Amino acid sequence: MIRSLLELARPRLPRPEHDPASGIAIDDVWASYGDRRVLSGVNLHAKPGSFTAIAGPNGVGKSTLLKLMAGTMKPARGSVRVGGVDIASLPARRRAALVAVVPQDPDLPPATAAVEVVLMGRNPHLGTLSWESAEDLSIALEAMRMTDSERLADRHVDRLSGGERQRVAVALALAQQTPALLLDEPTANLDLAYQPAIMDTLRRQALSGKTVIAAVHDLTLAAQFCDRIALMCDGTVLAEGAPAELITPENIAKAYGARVSVLSHPETGKPIVVSSWR
Amino acid sequence: MARQTRRRPPAPAAAADLASRLVGLRYPWWRLLAGGLALAAAAMLAASRGSVDIPLGALLDILAARMTGAASPPDVPASWDTILWHLRLPRVALAALVGGGLAIAGAAYQGLFKNPLADPYLVGVASGAGLGATLVLLTGFPLVVGGVAMLPIAAFAGGIAAVSAAYSIARSAAGTPLATLILAGVAISALAGSVTSLLMIRSDPDLRPVISWLLGSFIAAEWSDSAAALMYLAPSLAVIIALARILNVMQLSEEHAAMLGVEVEKAKLLLIAAATLATAAAVSFSGLIGFVGLVAPHAVRLLWGVDYRFILPMSGLVGAAFLVLADLVARTVVSPGELPVGIVTAFCGAPFFLYVLMRRRRSIT
Repeated sequence: MIRSLLELARPRLPRPEHDPASGIAIDDVWASYGDRRVLSGVNLHAKPGSFTAIAGPNGVGKSTLLKLMAGTMKPARGSVRVGGVDIASLPARRRAALVAVVPQDPDLPPATAAVEVVLMGRNPHLGTLSWESAEDLSIALEAMRMTDSERLADRHVDRLSGGERQRVAVALALAQQTPALLLDEPTANLDLAYQPAIMDTLRRQALSGKTVIAAVHDLTLAAQFCDRIALMCDGTVLAEGAPAELITPENIAKAYGARVSVLSHPETGKPIVVSSWR
Repeated sequence: MARQTRRRPPAPAAAADLASRLVGLRYPWWRLLAGGLALAAAAMLAASRGSVDIPLGALLDILAARMTGAASPPDVPASWDTILWHLRLPRVALAALVGGGLAIAGAAYQGLFKNPLADPYLVGVASGAGLGATLVLLTGFPLVVGGVAMLPIAAFAGGIAAVSAAYSIARSAAGTPLATLILAGVAISALAGSVTSLLMIRSDPDLRPVISWLLGSFIAAEWSDSAAALMYLAPSLAVIIALARILNVMQLSEEHAAMLGVEVEKAKLLLIAAATLATAAAVSFSGLIGFVGLVAPHAVRLLWGVDYRFILPMSGLVGAAFLVLADLVARTVVSPGELPVGIVTAFCGAPFFLYVLMRRRRSIT
């Protein structure tokens, strides 16, 4: 209680010590909820500047893996390092200065202007008693510009469409200015125009040097925008690689137990996955 | 789509336009100032009206004399000085402190539980304090021990005990789910309420002191009550207001807030502890005054938006002014008698509450 009170007076934290070149490293990670084992021996490495998709059937542990990378859950075994730092061992604010997370379908508070929501992304860089400065506001607006949501700044978030809300949620995560960005199903519930727009924004973030990892259901979309795809099955990573080599009917049959054909995009040559269900 | 559009930095004109649209986000200090002035006006009005009306000029003279330590002004009856300094002002001060404390605690609870219908009594402070007070009033316990009044102490202890019990029941290794906390609070309230009723039924026929306490009153307010209440209110309200920005972030889901660097469990514990302490301090000197903690923050949110850095202090000012005026009505409307102030707050608060409910219903349909 007294410690918590003292915590209140803590000023801005210095940027956490981390190695900007080492990205995200997951080594032999096991995790379970009570008796139910979710992950058994996951290995995954993502370099800064890369955009990795995690794909796999429902309930395979994609969200759990994201929680482990965000440090809000501790692995039962193995290590999860972000920028060379054991992320789960850090206090919440230092974690949030290293990793930003866009949850699936985030619950944004009603009657709040979009820019106020994005400003909440500055929280890890603010002491409890300090307020957002003009610099924080310009960082928030820059994050909104990067997600093409600047014109929504003064609109109430509960009046936005699903796609607009998702842009605001991504801007909120960008305002954290972290070296790593994680997203859980960023294109779920979005229409055909918004899906590639969001994925393109994420790819740009990767190109600017962030380590970007997203759980994605749509393999065709992932193949179009991501550098790497990790295909998960039975609580572990079945295969990992560049979309062209990873997306094969054999791999997908193994992971999903589904028969598919893999076509080639007429313009880009990237793989397109089509169900062969008859 | 956006992939094809080449990106340009925003033109300076567009940036300036945006900045001007965002001016509304600046902190409205002037509204707090206006709220403070309104509270001062309410306090003056309440101090000047009563069984004897004291003109505003004389009131200011007496106040000025008291503040500077000068002899009371010659052209003002000495009884006015006594009435003002020993009867009315202690009452106004206590009403303002209790109203402000309940309103800020209520706003904190509404923010924490993300439920506009939460009030400071939600997790059992009221019934616990009621049981404590009833025990002292009905079991022949000495009302004063060694010069210290026992009633506020018993009410305070009862309130804290009830919330602590609810919190420790709801708490698990994974955290403290707020829904479980509310349920535990409801069960403990029912238990404490039934014991209170049992005591009332089994006791002497004269239940008026208990009923009057349960409905709330400032009838015997003294300066020392305000001082004692302030001792608990000041630190707990300071903690709540200090956490206002965190409370804003907590309007996202708990998990999302945690990923933005909020120590969610620590913040919840601090807010619940501070709001409980403030509420217990308020009720122990005034009884169970309903609706202030519900209505004041709600009115502020309806009128002026969602930023808790503004809602919390403004609710305090509105709640204080509301209770000062309610107490004025309570002691003047059936003069020379007096109503319990809880009746007045409920009489004004309940229709407001119904209005809010109807508005919500209309906005849904």
